[in-house]
Amino acid sequence: MIPVSYFFGLSIVLFVLGIIAFFIKRDLITMFMAIEVMLNAANLAFIALAKAAGSPAGQVIVFFIITVAAAEAAVGLAIILLVFRQKKSIKAEDMRLLKG
Amino acid sequence: MFWLIPLIPGASAFILAVFGKWLPKKYVSWQACLSVFASFGISLVSFFGLLKVPPGSPPVIKTLFSWIQSGSFNADLSLQLDPLSSIMTLVVTGVGFLIHVYSVGYMAQDKGYKRYFTYLNLFTFAMLILVMGANLVLMFVGWEGVGLCSYLLIGFWFEKHSAANAGKKAFIVNRIGDAAFILGIFFIFLIVGSGDFRAITGALEGGAVTQGMATLIALLLFAGATGKSAQIPLYVWLPDAMEGPTPVSALIHAATMVTAGVYMVSRMNLLFTLSGVAGQVVGIVGALTAIFAATMALTQNDIKRVLAYSTISQIGYMFIGCGVGAYAAGMFHLFTHAFFKSLLFLAAGSVMHALSGELDMRKMGGLRKYLPLTYPTFLVGAIAIAGVPFLSGFFSKDAILTHAYAQGQYFIWALGLMGAVLTAFYMFRLVFLTFFGQERLDPHAKEHLHESPRVMTVPLVVLAFFSIVAGYVGLPVVLGKKANLFSRFLDPVIHPGHEAHLNISAEWLLILISVAVALCGIYIAYVFYLKSPRTPHRIVARFPMLYKLLYNKYYVDEIYNAAIVRPLVNGSRVVYDNFDLKVIDGTIDGTAAATGSAGKLLSLFQSGLIKDYGLVLLLGVVVFLGYLLF
Repeated sequence: MIPVSYFFGLSIVLFVLGIIAFFIKRDLITMFMAIEVMLNAANLAFIALAKAAGSPAGQVIVFFIITVAAAEAAVGLAIILLVFRQKKSIKAEDMRLLKG
Repeated sequence: MFWLIPLIPGASAFILAVFGKWLPKKYVSWQACLSVFASFGISLVSFFGLLKVPPGSPPVIKTLFSWIQSGSFNADLSLQLDPLSSIMTLVVTGVGFLIHVYSVGYMAQDKGYKRYFTYLNLFTFAMLILVMGANLVLMFVGWEGVGLCSYLLIGFWFEKHSAANAGKKAFIVNRIGDAAFILGIFFIFLIVGSGDFRAITGALEGGAVTQGMATLIALLLFAGATGKSAQIPLYVWLPDAMEGPTPVSALIHAATMVTAGVYMVSRMNLLFTLSGVAGQVVGIVGALTAIFAATMALTQNDIKRVLAYSTISQIGYMFIGCGVGAYAAGMFHLFTHAFFKSLLFLAAGSVMHALSGELDMRKMGGLRKYLPLTYPTFLVGAIAIAGVPFLSGFFSKDAILTHAYAQGQYFIWALGLMGAVLTAFYMFRLVFLTFFGQERLDPHAKEHLHESPRVMTVPLVVLAFFSIVAGYVGLPVVLGKKANLFSRFLDPVIHPGHEAHLNISAEWLLILISVAVALCGIYIAYVFYLKSPRTPHRIVARFPMLYKLLYNKYYVDEIYNAAIVRPLVNGSRVVYDNFDLKVIDGTIDGTAAATGSAGKLLSLFQSGLIKDYGLVLLLGVVVFLGYLLF
C-alpha cells in the first residue's frame, strides 16, 4: 500500500503549482484553471485521509467541494465572458475598476 | 354648547386653508362671515344662559380631552364660560363679525382675498381660545396664536418691504414679553402645581402664595401683557403694525388682541390684588403709557398712526383701571373701546378707500360733503373716545378715573386727566383736518372720490350705534349702586379688594371735571384747526425742539435701535465671525479633512489588481500557518 505521506506530497506539489500559476499567468482563464488545480489538490488530501482513517466523512466533503466547484466554474466563466464582451480583453491587469 | 364658539371659526379657517384654492370667492366670503356670526349667536345664547345662573355657582367648564399628562404637569383642553370670558366672546365675535363683513368690501380687489379670510378666521379662533381657555397653558396657546395671526396679517402685503419688517418687529417685540409671561406660568406651576384658573384661585385664597412670590409672578405676567397690549416699554410695535390692512388694525390692533393683556390681568386679579406692589406698577405703567402715547399722537400726520397711538393710550387707561383695583372698570373700558376704536379704524379705512389709499391728513380736508356716511360715524367715534357725556367712552373713562381718585392714586388720576385732554384734542384734530377746512386733495385722488359700498358702511353704522349705547350698561355709581350692570355681572370673577367710596358730591365733581376736560380738549382743537389755522404753526415756531421731539416720537425707536438692536446685531456678528466660523466650522471641517486624508492614505493599498490581493491573502495564510506551527 502506498503511504499517506506520498499523497500529501503530491497534494502539496499540485497546490504550490496552482499558486505559482495563479501569480505568474496574466489571462483570467489560466488563473481560473490554477484555482481549480488548488481545489483538486485539497480534494486529493481529503480522499487520502478518508481512506487512511476509514471514515466516509472526508469523501462526502469532497463531493460537496466538487459540486461547489462546478457551480463556481459556471459563474466564473460567465463573468469572464461578460468581462471580455465589455473590455475585449481577458488580461487581469486590464480590470482595475477598484483602484483606490 | 358654548364650547362650539371657538371651534366654528377654527373649522372654517381649516377648510379655507386646505380647500380655499378650489372654492369660489363668493363662497369664501359667506363662509368666513357666517362662521363668526354663528359663534356670535352661540355667545349670545350662552350669555343669556349665564344671566339666569344663580350667583355663587361655579363657572361652566367643558373638558374636551386631557391634553398634556406628564408627571405632575397636567393640562386639559378645557374651555370655560364665566362672566369675564362671556363678555370677551361677545366682543370678539360681535365686533369680529362686523369687521369680517366690512372686509368683504374693503379687500374685494385684493389678490390675497382667500388668504386674508383664512387668517382672519384663524385669528378669531385663537382669540376665542385665549379668552375661553380654562387654564393658563391653553390661554398661552391662544396668546401665541393671536400673536402669530397678528404677524401674518401685519405682513399681509409682504411684497412691501416695510410691511414685512413691521410684521417681524411685532413678532420679535412680543417674544420679549412672552418670555416673561411663560416664566410666570412656570412659577405658578411650581407653586400651585396646576395651571387651572380655579386651582390658582383656590391656592391664592388659601394663602399658599406669599406676597413676594405673588409680586414676582404678577410682574412677570404683566411683562407679557406690556408686549401684547403695547404698553411702555414694549409698545413700539403697534404703530408699525398699521402696515397691515385697515380692518386688521381694527380687529386685532384695536378691539381684541391688544386688549388680551387687560383680560389676562383681570383674569388673574386676585394675584395682582394680593401682591399690591404689582397692582401699583400696573397702574403707573398704564398712566404713563396713556399720557406718553397721547402726546405722540399730537403731531402725527398719518391718520392710522394717530389711531394707533390713541389705542396704546386707551389701553393705558384700561391698565389704570386694573392697577387701582377697579378691574370691572378696566374691562368696561375694554368693552366700549372695542366699539368706538374699531369704528374709528373702519371709518379711517373708508376714508382711505375713498381717496385711493391716501393716509396723510395733510392731503385731506373738507371730506364731509363727499362721505355722507363715513363722516357722521367717524364723528360719533371721535366724540365717544373724547369722553363727551352720554356716549360710551365717557362712562368707562369716568369710571376708571373716579376709581383712581377714590383709591387715593392722585398722581395716576392727574396723569389720566391730562391724557383725557390730549385724547379729545388729537381726535378732533383728526376730525377737523380730515373732514373740515379747505380741500387739500391730490387731483388724482379727487377724480375717484366716492363713498364706500354698502357692505362697508353698514358695519360702520352698527358700530356707531353701539359706540353710543354701549356705555349704558355701566352707569356711574352716583346714579345708584345697582346702576352699574356691567360691574355687577362681573362680580363673581372679580374678587373684591379694599374699596374706597367717595361721597356723592365728590363723585359729581369728578364727573364735571372729566366733562370739562373733554370739552376743553375739543375746543382747543377747534381753535387750532378751524378758527385760526395759523396757531399750530406759531406754536411749532415757538417750541421747535419740543415739536421735533414729539414728531419723532421721542426718538424711542432710534434709542432702542442704538441701545438694543445694534449691539445685539453687532455682537452676533462678532460671535458669528469668531466662534461659528472659526471654532464650530473649524472643528467640523477639520474632522472631515482628517477623515478624508486618512482614507486617501489607506486607498493606496487598493491597487485594483487581483494579483496583489491574492498575494496579500497568501502572505496572510503563510503568517497564520507559521504562527500555528511554530
